[in-house]
Amino acid sequence: MKTLIRPAITLFVLLSAITGLIYPLLVTGIGQALFPEQAAGSLIERDGKRVGSRLIGQNFTDPTYFWGRPSATGPYPNNAAASGGSNLGPLNPALKEAVESRVKALREADPGNTQPAPVDLVTASASGLDPHISPAAAEYQVARVARLRGLTSEAVQNLMDRHTEDRQWGIFGEPRVNVLELNLALDRLPSEQKP
Amino acid sequence: MTPHAWLLLGLYLFILLALVKPLGIYIANVMEGRSWALRVGGPIEAIIYRLGGVRKERTMGWLQYALALLLFNTLGVFAVYALQRLQLWLPLNPQQMANVGPDSAFNTAVSFVTNTNWQGYAGETTMGYLTQMLALTVQNFLSAATGIVVVIALIRGFARHTAQDIGNAWVDLTRVTLYVLLPLALIFAVFLVSQGAIQNFAPYQDVATLENATQTLAMGPVASQEAIKMIGTNGGGFFNANSAHPYENPTPLTNFFQMLSIFLIPGALCYTLGRMVGDTRQGWAVLAAMAIIFVVAAVAAIAFEQQGNPLFAAADVDQTASATQAGGNMEGKETRFGIADSGLFATLTTAASCGAVIAMHDSFTPLGGMVPLVMMQLGEVVFGGVGSGLYGMLVFAIMAVFIAGLMIGRTPEYLGKKIEAYEMKMTAIAILVTPLLVLGGTAIAVMTAAGQAGIFNPGPHGFSEVLYALTSAGNNNGSAFAGLSANTPFYNVMLAIAMWFGRLAVIMPVLAMAGSLAAKKRLVATAGTLPTHGPLFVTLLIGTVLLVGLLNYVPALALGPMVEHFMLWAGR
Repeated sequence: MKTLIRPAITLFVLLSAITGLIYPLLVTGIGQALFPEQAAGSLIERDGKRVGSRLIGQNFTDPTYFWGRPSATGPYPNNAAASGGSNLGPLNPALKEAVESRVKALREADPGNTQPAPVDLVTASASGLDPHISPAAAEYQVARVARLRGLTSEAVQNLMDRHTEDRQWGIFGEPRVNVLELNLALDRLPSEQKP
Repeated sequence: MTPHAWLLLGLYLFILLALVKPLGIYIANVMEGRSWALRVGGPIEAIIYRLGGVRKERTMGWLQYALALLLFNTLGVFAVYALQRLQLWLPLNPQQMANVGPDSAFNTAVSFVTNTNWQGYAGETTMGYLTQMLALTVQNFLSAATGIVVVIALIRGFARHTAQDIGNAWVDLTRVTLYVLLPLALIFAVFLVSQGAIQNFAPYQDVATLENATQTLAMGPVASQEAIKMIGTNGGGFFNANSAHPYENPTPLTNFFQMLSIFLIPGALCYTLGRMVGDTRQGWAVLAAMAIIFVVAAVAAIAFEQQGNPLFAAADVDQTASATQAGGNMEGKETRFGIADSGLFATLTTAASCGAVIAMHDSFTPLGGMVPLVMMQLGEVVFGGVGSGLYGMLVFAIMAVFIAGLMIGRTPEYLGKKIEAYEMKMTAIAILVTPLLVLGGTAIAVMTAAGQAGIFNPGPHGFSEVLYALTSAGNNNGSAFAGLSANTPFYNVMLAIAMWFGRLAVIMPVLAMAGSLAAKKRLVATAGTLPTHGPLFVTLLIGTVLLVGLLNYVPALALGPMVEHFMLWAGR
């Protein structure tokens, strides 16, 4: 047993230094040299001010914007300093109530729309920070956004199509729309596309 | 299962199986001390051995090997505990995270040292950057290395002829860490950064959103920890949302490679087994048994999640899969991953003892959520943790040849070694210790007020949450039905006990068996030997795993997910 103590302590200290200090610092060095924007969080600036991250969803409640996935983070939605999902079980009455109230909110913001709501638009994401919605969920909101902004549906639809990403390399993941990027583009849309 | 889901599963298996052989050969060469990598890292290795007084030619018997690992892991528990308890006064803590409480720090220390990576805490609100790196990232490496060296020792037990030793624990730990885990993690981490995983030491960043609210973005050295978290089947997230967090797992492509990295080393070790015992068919047979169970489970999980939640349909919600949406049960899932990736990942992470998640298992449909539970309850032997999966499966293989031996009336043999009473005793301990911890612990938790207090969801799902927690801890997985409030003294202590004994009470008999097997003669296969590389043995092995797992857990599963399933579809 005694002969084991010195190697145990030495190995533990040295391997800790290699894997817990040198390795992460090396990754930081390489990462920041080759991919500085990604390493810093893919932040987006507008007029010199940071307005968010391309990868982190924001909370949109204004009906003139596209809305993103519902978020279950506390104390407020899309809290990127406290990620997490709702953890509501499939049979939990609170889940049913939450979904029903989200469907209701969508209906109230867009009274003419009688289509069933796309499921991702009324269910909380896993991270609470999902930056994307499905193309179906975006399409569901096109008419509302166009009407409230005084734009043609075609113009908003075109914009949405341009911001729709296919499966990565045609096979990985799901088709999706980045809500923050789409809304930023919406704010930039020139006024001549108004009817 | 949509056509896309089938394609994804097929592509996954194809790429995985293509990587198993080259990596398996590499690991075998490293562990047998004749890889080219040893020349590159030789000087670093030499310094470590000189400072530690390690004589690498001095090999160890099983007891010394086991004591070395026990000592090394115990040091790890103390270090992880201390770093958490003192983090406020240490550098690299820009958010001034407070010192972690004693019961939570103890739980986390045991959790990361045992390769479980159960997390009672939320990373971005609890841990400073130094703690994440020097406490947690380190154990991501060292617990993985511990698992791998144990299976290598067991393989040596089969491969060696009348030997008194099973290797040198210090040399094995050093080599696995330097030549296998570090290079893989480094490459993977840089790839993750390229796709958007963050890697910095900045304080949390405030941004003004389009609706003029302030959003605080958590930062940190994420990619470096993320890479080894997956490669070492650890699974403890930098952030609370784990691999669902876009800063940990930003794109579908990173997700695919995260999925690959979970099974990469556990799969490759099967080839290492075959190579080291001199018959690669033996490794493929074990791998085949694992892969068959896995595919069935993955298809089930994806299908159940794609089916959706009948309560949503009643609320006028469209859950149909189409070209423009994944559909299905999207509660607790990310849009970029959808149903196919989420179901596949959930199966992978629980078949292997990884425990990372890209979707919240607590919000899965009852049967969709039962798949991860069952995968863990099979004993984490379907690929399993790095090293631990294969040594667990070899224990089942010994059980299988024993049963077959009884049926045909011959002394059982496996990989050229006679299986006798001593091996069977060790096998029985290794197989029975986790069900005892899981079911005993669940019974205690549901019968005490402290245990019931943590339950979040009502009805049978609440029972599933407790059963899942103990299953996850006892089998060293680390994923959760995360609604359970487990960061309490009761759960922190009880789950820590389950994790510690779920790990070491299996490692010790496995190493004892390695010692006893090494001392035996290697027998030449004769006409009377039961072949252990064909479809017959693969079937027998699958049957043994399922029989033991299901006999232990079916009553408990009936009380949780099965009852819930019937209630959900009956509209209660």
